[in-house]
Order: sequence, then C-alpha cells, then structure tokens
Amino acid sequence: MLHLALFSIFGAICVAGAVNLLVQRHPINSALSLIAVMTSLAVEYLLLGAEFVAAVQVIIYAGAIMVLFVFVIMLLNAGEEERTRGSRVAILFGIPGVLLGGVLVAWTLIQRSGTDEVALGALPGSPTIIGWLLFHDFLLPFEVTSLLILIAIMGAVVLAGKPEAETQQTGKGH
Amino acid sequence: MQSVESFVVVSLIKSVIAVFVLLTAVAYSVWLERKVVGHIQNRWGPTRVGPFGLLQPLADGIKFLFKEDITPPHVYKTLYIAAPMLSVIFALTSISVIPIGNWVTIAGVHTPLQITDVNIALLIILGVTSMGVYGVALAGWSSNSKYSLLGGLRASAQMVSYEISLGLSLIGVLIMAGSFSLRDIVDSQSGVFWGFIPRWNIFHGQTVAFFVYLMSAFAETNRVPFDLPEAETELVAGYHTEYSAMKFAMFFMAEYANMITVACLATLLFLGGWHGPIWGLAWMQAVLPVFWFLAKVFCFLFLYIWIRGTLPRFRYDQLMAFAWKFLFPLAVANLVITGLVVALRS
Repeated sequence: MLHLALFSIFGAICVAGAVNLLVQRHPINSALSLIAVMTSLAVEYLLLGAEFVAAVQVIIYAGAIMVLFVFVIMLLNAGEEERTRGSRVAILFGIPGVLLGGVLVAWTLIQRSGTDEVALGALPGSPTIIGWLLFHDFLLPFEVTSLLILIAIMGAVVLAGKPEAETQQTGKGH
Repeated sequence: MQSVESFVVVSLIKSVIAVFVLLTAVAYSVWLERKVVGHIQNRWGPTRVGPFGLLQPLADGIKFLFKEDITPPHVYKTLYIAAPMLSVIFALTSISVIPIGNWVTIAGVHTPLQITDVNIALLIILGVTSMGVYGVALAGWSSNSKYSLLGGLRASAQMVSYEISLGLSLIGVLIMAGSFSLRDIVDSQSGVFWGFIPRWNIFHGQTVAFFVYLMSAFAETNRVPFDLPEAETELVAGYHTEYSAMKFAMFFMAEYANMITVACLATLLFLGGWHGPIWGLAWMQAVLPVFWFLAKVFCFLFLYIWIRGTLPRFRYDQLMAFAWKFLFPLAVANLVITGLVVALRS
C-alpha cells in the first residue's frame, strides 16, 4: 500500500517536473526541473526493485549530465527567454497527435498487461545480473555502442577545436 | 523479524545520534584544523575560549547565528537561498550508509552500527556526493557576481573531472570484494599477511588506487592544493563570496562534513574499516573496533590538515591536466591490472 502510494507520488512529481520544464522561461529553472524528473525516475526504479539502475540513474543523469547542462547555462549566462505564441502547425497537429499517441499507448498497455502482480525484487535488477547481461549476452551491442560514443566525442573535439593556423594567429594575444 | 514500530524507533534514534555526532565532529574538525595549521605555522591557534580554545566552535556557532543575514539586492533569490541548504543536505545524507562497527546488541535490540545497511551503499554515496555539486554551482550562479560565478564554474568543472578518477579508483576495491556493500568490503579485508601486516586493501594490491583516491578526494572536497574555487587571492572567497551569517556557515559545515565522509570512505575501502588488534575484557572487545575506525578517520583528517599547512595551490591548467592526463590513465591502468590478476587467480 505504502509502496503504491510512494510510486504514485513520485510519478506525479516526475510529470509535474516535466511540465514545469516546458513552462519555465528561465533556462536554469528548466534544467533544475529536469533534475527533479531524473531523480524521481530513480526513485521509481528503486521502488520497482532495480536498485542498481536507480543508483546509476542518479550518478550519471542527475549527477553528471545535468551538471554539464547547468555548467553550460552558467557559462553562457543565459537570460530569460521570451515567450512566443508558437507555430500554428504545432497547435493543429501536435496536440491531437500527442493525445492520440497517449491513448494508443495506454490502450495497448491495458490490453496486454495481465492481472498478475510482480513481487518487489523479483525482477532482475541486481548488479550481478546486469553485469552478466552486459558483458555476456549483449557484449557486442554494448561494445559497439561504446565505440559509437567514443567516435561522437572525437567528432565533437574536432568540430570544437580551432584549425592549427588560426590558433597560431590569434593565440599570441593572451 | 522485528516489528515496524521497533524498526522506526531504532532508526530514528540512530539517525539522531549520527547527525549529532557528525555535526559535533564537523565543529571540532574546524577547531583541529585551526589548531594544527597554527602549530605548523609556529602560532598557537585558538586559545582564548576555554582550555586549549576548546569552546571556540561554540563561540563561532553563536557568532554565525547572531550575525546579520544579508541578502544582496542583485541575487536570484530562490536559488540563492536554496543553494546552501542543498549543500548541507547532500553532505549530511551520505553518513546514513556508513558503518562504523560490527553488529551490536543494546537493550535486547540486535542492530548494525550504521543507520541502514544497503547492498548498494557505495553507489548511494557516489550518487549523493555527485549531487553535492549543485549546491556550489547554484550558489555561484545565483549570487550574480563575477567572483562567485567564476568560483562556481571552477568548482563544478573540477568536481566533474575528479569524480571520474575517484570512481575508477574505487572499482579495483569492488572487484576484490565482489560487493557494493560497505560491510562486505570491510569484511573482505580481515586477517593478516605473514603474521603482522594487516590484509587491508592499501597493502593488498590497491596501493596505487589509494593514492589516486586520496588526490581525487582532496580535489572533490575543494581542499588545498586543489582549492581553486575559493582561491582568496584571485576570487575573494569564490562561490560563497556573497553569503553571510548562517548561510555561509552552512557551506562551511558542508565542506567539513564532506571531508569526514571522504575520510570514512577511505577508512572503509582501503584501511580495513574497524579491523585492528583486539584484546582484553568483553566491553573492550566491543568498543575497540569502533575505536580503531575512529582513529583511522582521525589520522586521515590529520593528513588533510597537514597537507593544507604544507602545500601551495595548483594553477588552474595544471589542475585540469593533472586530472585528465595523469590521474585518469593511472586509475584505468590500475583497474585493468586488478581485473587481470583477479581473473587469472579465479
């Protein structure tokens, strides 16, 4: 009972944070709402018995990626955004599209889900099982993904770095 | 299986004691630092309030409480107020999973000497400390002043960089212990080599990891020689320049609480936790493990202060180069070698 109550409360916080992310006009408030979304998601994972995934969610998303978001906002000193009226296409097609998608997902879930309840901790969420899956059953996809991320990082470095000649010309001043 | 009521009562008592002890330890580590740094620099340190200046933390606390709490007019108010709170909350939270001794039975209740024993304790500490960056970063941003902003930027860049080598240095220990539970990690370090060398991780293959941890931990807690976020010669006081009274004290408390957490973690992971020579009467055998744990934590804190009194500060580019070009490769090499040795042995 307590379990269900906590799950619903943090689910509500998660959705409220996501809505607040869109409504807020200041980038830093939006980033902070996203952190609230990430952490309440971690609590949801914890309540589902996946304690390892919950901890990793906090460490990586809330603790590392969002720090970089906040860092960039601080560095650029981004001010408040102006509110625009939005495009007509988004209002005409976007809102009905989102509603339709939501109804479809909910309908499928209701159709598919059985009435059996899963006990807490019955799902495989322990570090041992996740490690086994990553480094045994899904070794190739896992390594290929990490290679892909490495290529993306190198691409970002190449794009961000100035060409050699230009650096020599402008680099004298400092 | 104990009842829910007794669980709640026991947890509540343990939480209150833990927070009380931690805050007292925070106050007295400030006193210790002033005293030790004073003696290193051939001064006396605090001597006026009480014998050996022992009541100085109390006087400081009263002073912080009664000072005028100024909110500068140009700050972003919500975050300006929330930032010190966040710092303190995250600094105090991590103590909840740190064990200071074995299981004990007090008044018929069998309980571990920690608030809660969870199987992902180490990950919880890493998660909570990684969230601690927000207190500093938001304080720097919301103060709306150039010194604060630069301090906050430096702090967040530094903490994100050193967190990687910190995390990697711990993985070697995890591989050796095969568990995330701090209790299991400590238990894996019991026993001795050749009759006298304790089987602590620092002597048992993780020496390099210990030094990587040591340096990353200094940087994570923004201490000398990595205290660039609050370098007073360049940035006045860094991210807490605009703070006064109790809000400033909260940053101060968070910094020292983080130091204590880091010292506890080093003790648990590398220095054998509460293991040590145990002899004597029954009550001594019960108390000695806790004594050994606290003694090791004290030594680590003393090392912190000793280094603060000895070393000058890094330059910022040296700091970043040190993190990425030296500590990170070293931690990865240690991890690979540990993994190889463990795999070959099993």
